[in-house]
Amino acid sequence: MNSHTYDYDYIDGNAAAGELSNIFAMDVTVAEGQCAHCGATKRFAEAHLYMQAPGVVARCAVCEHVLLRFVKARQRAFLDLRGMTCLILDTSQLQEC
Amino acid sequence: MMWRVGTVVALQDETATARTITLKVPDWPGHIAGQHVDVRLTASDGYSAVRSYSIASAPNAEKRVELTVERLPNGEVSPYLTQELAVGDRLELRGPIGGWFVWRTQQTEPIQLIAGGSGIVPLMAMIRSRASTGSTAPFRLLYSVREPGAVFYRDDLLALSDCYNKVSLTYAYTRIPPKDWPRPPGRIDGALIADVTWPSNLAPTCYVCGPTPFVESAVGFLSASGNSADKIRTERFGPTGDRK
Repeated sequence: MNSHTYDYDYIDGNAAAGELSNIFAMDVTVAEGQCAHCGATKRFAEAHLYMQAPGVVARCAVCEHVLLRFVKARQRAFLDLRGMTCLILDTSQLQEC
Repeated sequence: MMWRVGTVVALQDETATARTITLKVPDWPGHIAGQHVDVRLTASDGYSAVRSYSIASAPNAEKRVELTVERLPNGEVSPYLTQELAVGDRLELRGPIGGWFVWRTQQTEPIQLIAGGSGIVPLMAMIRSRASTGSTAPFRLLYSVREPGAVFYRDDLLALSDCYNKVSLTYAYTRIPPKDWPRPPGRIDGALIADVTWPSNLAPTCYVCGPTPFVESAVGFLSASGNSADKIRTERFGPTGDRK
């Protein structure tokens, strides 16, 4: 098991919903994301979220591989999603938007 | 998602360090129990700070949103919200946010709520939502708290746990229990979880909210009691309960 698992400096992916709502039209935290490292497919809300950095880093709750990085600086936002092979969104939500 | 402006219409102290802020938000679209908001404070020099707070109130038609904020030593935002904010002041907020850690009134299965300290806030919204809609979903709450004086929503919890169609409530005190309390003070453990939570064969949906170490241990005990990981939803707020 990765040593990160017992550092208690993370919160849940839930907490990124507000920040990511600036980028995505839908609530990404209820989407399922597949980890590019271990293949686990879990809700983004269940990811481990680290917010101490200049931006937001989400790690896989199973293997702690980085799923997403999001940084805002000087009127630009940088979104790195390479840690997820797939993000599966529930389109029934669109009717609620 | 856009920022909305809410006006403070009431303030109520829950404990010596926590205060409930009631906001009237004219363009509030409604929320689901368990969701949170981001609150933004902006200083006169343009510096701004954003923090997330769970909504404590049930969905309602009056466009009122209640947040309970715990004052953190050395906090940047919480001392202002709990000590300086006054009725009539305005706050910027973004939300409601988050569709995962929510209880919807259509859910009829047994619900197990486990709160550590101020983790009670979104769970209280679920309890209030259940009461206001007349839901009969069976609810149990295990509330771990330092001492009796640190309990939030004491009167509401007493009323809702002592009525027909009640919520079953168990307190677990970590430091100072009331006199003659049967369980010695201490953190929640496997025996307590096995004793007071729904048997896992009833397949309850479990909502656990609190500081990250608390949530980690509670989830471990729930799993050990036979609850499957896909029935456990969590909201952690960091090593010490400091949100962001």
